[in-house]
Amino acid sequence: MPIEVNGKTFETDEEGYLANINDWEPGVAEVMSREDDLELTDEHWDIINFLREYYEEYQIAPAVRVLTKAVGKKMGKDKGNSKYLYGLFPYGPAKQACRYAGLPKPTGCV
Amino acid sequence: MSESIKQFLYLNRKAPYGTIYAWESLEVVLIGAAFDQDVSLAFVDDGVFQLTKNQDTSAVGMKNFSPTYAALGDYEVKKIYVEKESLEERGLSLDDLQHLTWEDEDDDWAEKDSIHLVTRSEMTAIMDGADVVFSF
Repeated sequence: MPIEVNGKTFETDEEGYLANINDWEPGVAEVMSREDDLELTDEHWDIINFLREYYEEYQIAPAVRVLTKAVGKKMGKDKGNSKYLYGLFPYGPAKQACRYAGLPKPTGCV
Repeated sequence: MSESIKQFLYLNRKAPYGTIYAWESLEVVLIGAAFDQDVSLAFVDDGVFQLTKNQDTSAVGMKNFSPTYAALGDYEVKKIYVEKESLEERGLSLDDLQHLTWEDEDDDWAEKDSIHLVTRSEMTAIMDGADVVFSF
């Protein structure tokens, strides 16, 4: 189902992931999170931006275990753990945050 | 649990582009590794080209997925075997390949090499030692 962001239409796949990663703009995350009744804080944006950088470098959306470890390395152990990340993204940090970030569904995610 | 972990060897024989095999193999590897399988990769024949540096796919119109090999370390894939003879037959050496590493959490995140250069006979032994071999 396509989503509307600031008057622009963005195509998504059947699971709500953006069809074209290059279309992404921050408003996409805002609109998607509003639909989930989630308010994005700086902490959410840290993870979303981290995922975009990860994709830029490796051309994949990381699996949740990989994301957790990588966040821990970059932002410290207090953030690189499941409790913190699931606290931010209750539908699953990799799945939900990747969707907000305009990335495809993580490889290895079912 | 540990007795049920099988050793999977993913054998890559084909050039990275032109067919979908290389990318499909890499995706299956990432999925397997995310599920805590014991994963090794082997590169023989034209498969060694998959690991070469500075790939540019703009002319073939396919996504350059070679940066993804550098994520294998994050997925705890630490055993990447490259056949020496296959490299030599193609005029390649280890220097033509990406430098792939993994970080050892138990050793203060020291970076360690993932790529192991092996001879043809060593490669045979590696294939023999795996529980399951997937050939791409």
